[in-house]
Amino acid sequence: MIRARGLEKRYGRRRVLRGISFELPAGGFLVVSGANGSGKTTLLRILAGLVAPTRGTVDIEAGRGRIGLLAHEPLVYRELSALENLDLYGRLYRVSERRERIGMLLERFGLWEARNERVAAYSRGMAQRLALCRTLLHDPDLLVLDEPFSALDEAGVALVDRELAELAGLRTVVASTHEPDRLAALATAELALT
Amino acid sequence: MSYAADVAALARKDLKVELRTRDTLPAMLLFVLATLVVFHFALPTNAADDAAYGLLWVAIVFTALVGLTRAWVPEHEHGVLDGLVLAPCDRSAIWLGKTLATLAFVAAAQVVALPAFALFFAPLGAPAIAGVLLADVGICAVGSLLAAMAAATRSREVLLPLLLLPLAIPLVVGGVGSAVSSEPSRYLLFLGLYDAVFAVLSWASFEYVVTE
Repeated sequence: MIRARGLEKRYGRRRVLRGISFELPAGGFLVVSGANGSGKTTLLRILAGLVAPTRGTVDIEAGRGRIGLLAHEPLVYRELSALENLDLYGRLYRVSERRERIGMLLERFGLWEARNERVAAYSRGMAQRLALCRTLLHDPDLLVLDEPFSALDEAGVALVDRELAELAGLRTVVASTHEPDRLAALATAELALT
Repeated sequence: MSYAADVAALARKDLKVELRTRDTLPAMLLFVLATLVVFHFALPTNAADDAAYGLLWVAIVFTALVGLTRAWVPEHEHGVLDGLVLAPCDRSAIWLGKTLATLAFVAAAQVVALPAFALFFAPLGAPAIAGVLLADVGICAVGSLLAAMAAATRSREVLLPLLLLPLAIPLVVGGVGSAVSSEPSRYLLFLGLYDAVFAVLSWASFEYVVTE
């Protein structure tokens, strides 16, 4: 459950967000759309707890450690392998049976063969798949996804579509996208930022 | 127990990254050696040993700065810090892991620097070496916190020295004192107190540095 009231964010004199209010029940799927610079990423970072709003309040049921954030960057160390990155995150996020879970995610996202390669050698699409593995690793209650389809090829897009379809209704999801139509079938709420 | 395991995992990760990139330690080694060589030729031959100890501390502090400037680069360049901050582990474990890894780099640089100093200038007694080790702890504890603050800005190379050097002055006083004083224990005690106070302050305030 997310309840946002009058969210505003300023960086110096620049106002990035203004008057954002919404409620999303547990299991809801909110699609956030808007042009570049409309504040989508800022809103998602506020929801993830990384940025404090200048004004307004946001109540989120999922506590720290129960949020899965997919950001523009994959949030992984480029000099470590996929396995090493996920093992570190698995430890810090208290994932039980983490080796089995890591193996399952790497298989599901088509990275098992490349599990021991350094992330620096990955293509952008592979890095995005790894980022999705990291996001789902601790089976979060709230998924905050910033442009989940970016950098993915057709197979990757189909994979994310399938994952999101499986998670819809079971987890609370907030996803930003330039293409709201792509997520329209899953959305229970929409928020267009201007 | 899990706190110690988190710290160990984070420090091990930093050592692994450094082993693969070799971005920091070679730069620190070259810097400290080059600095000592320059000082060797800059210092008049009839200068007292005390002056040389002062120069050693200049080399130590600036070498640590070289390492600290790069300490949080992997986390900030790839946004990893966001992922770490959202983890349910104690956030101070992130600081402590980084401090221990940085301490390992600084200590490794001094394994080369101290014999080089003894070769170029004057021998180092046990109190002087103890002073260096205690000061390393203080520099790395405070430096890791300040480096995390500076790394979030565009001008981290400028900001970190501006923040760290004033706070390093007591360490230099204690370090030089432990090498030249007839009562080095007073200075070593002072360094130990500095380490304890600033390590606790850094440990407690890291959370506020990495969150808004």
